Amino acid sequence: MTENLNERICEGIEQIRCFRKEEGTRLYIKYMRKEILYSLKAPYRDDLRVTGYRFGFGEKTACIVGALRGNEVQQLYICSLLVQKLKELEAHGHITQNHEILVIPSVNHYAMNIGKRFWAVDNTDINRKFPGIENGGTTERIAAGVMECIKGYSYGIQFASFYMPGQFIPHVRMMETAHSSASLANLFGLPYVVLRKPKPYDTTTLNYNWQISGTNAFSVYTNDTENINEESAQMAVSAVLRFLTRMGVLKYNCHGGYIASVIREDELTAIHAERSGIFRPILHPGDEVVRGQIMARILDPYEGTVRENVMSPTDGIVFFTHQKPLVNQKDLVFTMIRRLHA
Amino acid sequence: MIQTIATIELPVDERLVLEKNRLEPEQKTGREKRVSLVTGIHGDELLGMYVLYEVQRRIEKERHKLTGILDIYPAINPLGIDSINRGLPQSDIDMNHIFPGNENGNLTEYMASQLIDDMIGADLCIDVHASDIFLKEIVQVRMQKQDEAKLLPYAKMANADLIWISASATVKEATLAHSLNMMGVPTLAIEAGSGMRIDKDYGDQIVEGILHILKQEGIWQGETTEVRTPDVAYAEDVDYANANASGVFMPAVNIGDWVCKGQQIGEIVNALKGTVEEIISAPCDGKIITVRQYPIVYHGALMYRILRKNSLAK
Ligand SMILES: [Zn+2]
Repeated sequence: MTENLNERICEGIEQIRCFRKEEGTRLYIKYMRKEILYSLKAPYRDDLRVTGYRFGFGEKTACIVGALRGNEVQQLYICSLLVQKLKELEAHGHITQNHEILVIPSVNHYAMNIGKRFWAVDNTDINRKFPGIENGGTTERIAAGVMECIKGYSYGIQFASFYMPGQFIPHVRMMETAHSSASLANLFGLPYVVLRKPKPYDTTTLNYNWQISGTNAFSVYTNDTENINEESAQMAVSAVLRFLTRMGVLKYNCHGGYIASVIREDELTAIHAERSGIFRPILHPGDEVVRGQIMARILDPYEGTVRENVMSPTDGIVFFTHQKPLVNQKDLVFTMIRRLHA
Repeated sequence: MIQTIATIELPVDERLVLEKNRLEPEQKTGREKRVSLVTGIHGDELLGMYVLYEVQRRIEKERHKLTGILDIYPAINPLGIDSINRGLPQSDIDMNHIFPGNENGNLTEYMASQLIDDMIGADLCIDVHASDIFLKEIVQVRMQKQDEAKLLPYAKMANADLIWISASATVKEATLAHSLNMMGVPTLAIEAGSGMRIDKDYGDQIVEGILHILKQEGIWQGETTEVRTPDVAYAEDVDYANANASGVFMPAVNIGDWVCKGQQIGEIVNALKGTVEEIISAPCDGKIITVRQYPIVYHGALMYRILRKNSLAK
């Protein structure tokens, strides 16, 4: 029955604005609307289409953005799970009145489809082009086109990736601006909320510009980027559903999640490699560690001998680990949350 | 004398070495001025390679006329230069987005901090860039509005065709030039030509400018030529022609040409259909200061910059 309904709805967004269907004794409220929010013609490739999925009606409540970069496959996957879940919740009338949710699974799949991370022509990062320029360069235009569709929402959620490959404890990250609210970030129920002081280059990110434009913006980080990690994807979906439920947007029975610890990014203890070579981690995000414990070994790439035992400088919990099999001298290999002794 | 600024161990059997060459007078008084010449922050901008070579060649010919200290830093991003990458090849990080760096940071931040430490105390720094592979540009000095008072006198000596003063922008705060300017080392950013190419005429023009500045600073006593009088442009004096179609860009005018508003200056064509997708007309009367070199364009691609004629009257 939902298939049938879906087909009819796909006939036209305008027609379905007020479309409702009685079926038996249950009232089915119409389904999600799929829209092309922005499109760009290429010289020879298929058009780049930025697609949005809208759920619910009324006030622009929540906007969720997935892959802004071509390697953010996990972020894309999380959005696809979320689209499925929201579709189901909407079909059962579990999106509360006067709330609209917009999900944009991907922006730079042009890069994703050809195995690149950034806009493939000039290697620019769309997440460094916000708020965009309507008549500017190509990626500025894309950013401006996307910004136009995503501004004005009360809450903005981006599934983001770090600039260097690695694994995190799942967390919500916010820029510390005049507009930020860490207590809202707690409602995701992820173990940590990380506050970051914006640096000059952060001022062109989606998160920062969302916040400056009045949206409460959160970046959700999970374990992976280029590979799919099922467990952390489910965790991210649950976190978003939990947040939307707690904000009164969804009627959904979610588990409580964690009571988040709020940490400032500059309070994390950074551990850099003193030597280069093959990196063999022993500890992983979430692991408890005591001062002096060996966290990883860096091996001579020819002879296999240990060049460096990477030791923990403090008691705490591993927050981030370097993920590549090789390291340069000076590379960031771990960050830790320092344990505070009473 | 070749000196090492920083070394970093790469994973397998290789060291990244950041080097400079210091040219000094044979007899030092200890009160010499010091000027730094830098290039190769962007691995795809190679014009500065010729410029730094040629400045040294001219000085070595008459070494006794050098009366100050000249530090030559030709390759800030050696991995990028040697592998045709604009940024750091491993991470795509733009070296000019991470200054002043961090001694305790990662590879790039560490290198940036070592470079800054080495340059602090210089009396002047000149950072030579080219454009990227997409554009060709006339010889110009770029600066932010906040540095105008301090840098304009130097910029006018640089033998450039244009001084372009842009609005100050937060995002530019992480460049080498900005960091050094903040730390009391006046730093000029020169930009000319195209990426991945060396245009020798542009290179020679910049060399003459640098030697002229060195002479004015009192560290070079050799012959120099008369320098050009540059146009001075502010943000609002420059107009842009961006593509409003995707396809193949065919320019119809050259860099330095004068154009009239509405004049056809190029086309975007489609090689599948044999059609013209967009006729590009000049947005104002003025002089072409930037021409796109790379033919494939998407919507938004920059094709020309034009210095408005009415701004030149000022
Ligand atoms: Zn450059």
